[in-house]
Amino acid sequence: MSEAKVVGNPSANKKILDIKNLDISFQTNAGVIHAIRGVNLDLCKGETVAIVGESGSGKSVTMKAVMGLLDSNATVNSGEILYTYTDEKGQEATVDLLKLPKKQLRQNFNGQRIAMVFQDPMTSLDPTMTIGKQIMESMFLHLQMDKEAAKARALELLELVGIPDAEKRFKNYPHQLSGGMRQRVVIAIALSANPDILICDEPTTALDVTIQARILELIMEIQQKMGLSVVYITHDLGVVAKVADYVDVMYAGKIVEVGNVNEIFFEPKHPYTWGLLSAMPDLETDDDRLYSIPGSPPNLLREPKGDAFAARNQFALAIDEKAEPPLFQISPTHWAATWLLHPDAPKVEMPPELVARLARARKEAEKYL
Amino acid sequence: MTKYILKRVGMAFLTLLIITFLLFLLVRIMPGNPFPSERMSADQIANKRAEMGLDNPILVQFVDYIRKLLLEGDFGNGTSLYYGVPINTVLSSCMSNSFRIGGLAILIGTALGLILGITAALHKGKFLDGFCTVLSIIGVCVPSYVFLIFLQYYFSFKIPFFPYFFDAKRFLFSSIIPSLSLSLFTLSTIARFTRNEMVEVMDSDYVRLAESKGMYGNSLVRRHVLRNALIPIVTVLAPLIVDLLTGALVVEKIYGINGIGKLMVDAITGEGIDYNYVLALGILYSTLYIGIMLVVDILYGILDPRIRVQGKAGDA
Repeated sequence: MSEAKVVGNPSANKKILDIKNLDISFQTNAGVIHAIRGVNLDLCKGETVAIVGESGSGKSVTMKAVMGLLDSNATVNSGEILYTYTDEKGQEATVDLLKLPKKQLRQNFNGQRIAMVFQDPMTSLDPTMTIGKQIMESMFLHLQMDKEAAKARALELLELVGIPDAEKRFKNYPHQLSGGMRQRVVIAIALSANPDILICDEPTTALDVTIQARILELIMEIQQKMGLSVVYITHDLGVVAKVADYVDVMYAGKIVEVGNVNEIFFEPKHPYTWGLLSAMPDLETDDDRLYSIPGSPPNLLREPKGDAFAARNQFALAIDEKAEPPLFQISPTHWAATWLLHPDAPKVEMPPELVARLARARKEAEKYL
Repeated sequence: MTKYILKRVGMAFLTLLIITFLLFLLVRIMPGNPFPSERMSADQIANKRAEMGLDNPILVQFVDYIRKLLLEGDFGNGTSLYYGVPINTVLSSCMSNSFRIGGLAILIGTALGLILGITAALHKGKFLDGFCTVLSIIGVCVPSYVFLIFLQYYFSFKIPFFPYFFDAKRFLFSSIIPSLSLSLFTLSTIARFTRNEMVEVMDSDYVRLAESKGMYGNSLVRRHVLRNALIPIVTVLAPLIVDLLTGALVVEKIYGINGIGKLMVDAITGEGIDYNYVLALGILYSTLYIGIMLVVDILYGILDPRIRVQGKAGDA
């Protein structure tokens, strides 16, 4: 685990990405889907933030908005995505990425400052172009390198991401590489123009478990070497525990709990986070059935009334049906949106099985500290 | 790659030989015979049959035919159609008419089809997309000869600009109307395919990745979209090309073009079936078809690296 995790105060490092009150909806044949309902999220320099949640909770859409990759039927209703960077003259500048024209966003920000690694390495490389060319592309676009310098750098990057025999692989087409290799190439592409922020959209979901760990370690290693800030989008809490400094738990287009990795894993407050943690298998899981959160996420075609999670929440209070809970602060870094934290709420503790399990996990973790 | 091509050429040649044999059999099994019995006496017919070697065993006839074809490049003479004139002479002039008009139609169809398809894909969901889609549906539905008659009526009769009929002396000018009408189907098919392929490719993960690299606009389309979208289009294009090159029966008939489509009809429906013409045209069609499929396969290999290495031991 990296030292950065000890940082208790998020303002110790400079904020590099600040998403404020983001609200996005999609026009579909069935109607308007209100997919992102006021998301706030910060990323500080050199840190790692993980966004977790079920499929359809809006994790990817939030980050696609940062990259300007939203589908054409998406509308940003409100919000800002403030990105702070050092410009060509060495001065600090802040822009709202949502307000930039597409062309300017692509020319000056995508790839060069904010890069992204996608979920499925099998489909995210152009099948008709050699990987060398694909890696050099952003260097030509952003760094104005000549061919020779670009090739030298591409070979360097291939080695950095752990591809042996880089010279030969440079001329290979994607289909000649295995899934893990391709994901390394995608990472090399993302790094090729020296970005500040790396967004990883479930970078290991499509890979098998042994490769997963290696890719995660690779990203962490590179993060330290290059001083990157990383956003992980994932539904794998194992990944989160391994890499994240801060965790944002998303549910139905909202962030329901945010805190540093210890707070989320050892003192979670939101019943949804409890559910997620209970649903994660560990070595002691001896029950025949693995716990799963009952029901399914709400359909955002209809605006949920009250707390969107209430219907699936065994601890739901009467007020959950009527009003949406605000974010309650638990510690300087830890917030959760549940009425259970209201002073008037009855005292509800997390399920005893989860308490036992978290205690086990903590004991396990202490061995490594 | 060379080995792959050689292998494919060898296979093509073998296929052609088998097809020729089957054609040879079929022509002889076909009802009817090459001689108009009303105008020839039984003796005359028997003489003719002996002269043409039609009484020999069929395998002997076939070997003779193949030998003559391969060694001398000679398709023989017509038996009832254009009696006594070597087929090669007639065929080459008909072929040049059909090929030139067909070729022009392919050029027009492919070029306009690509433009239409790309325009539609780049404006997906907007007015231009709908407009191009409607155009291409009309193009697929309206038979080429209907369009030909329409063009003839408006641009030869109402506005007497283009000629009514094909005229080999004013080749280019008089082939505009038939080429245009022949190209309609190709144009529409290509347009629809290009649009769908491009839309699919533009939705793909690798285009997302290219965008996240900072690519946009024309260079994105040129470098990542077009090539990937064109691969399947090459496959559709191949049979369309053969269709156009081998002439269109009705269009050639209506516009008075001496092409191979018309020749085929005449060879079958004339006074008696002309064995040699039917065979020669059958072989020509097959050669074209196999040849173009071969070119497409090789082109595929050039466009798509995934196919290129299949000849080698690759980890595809």
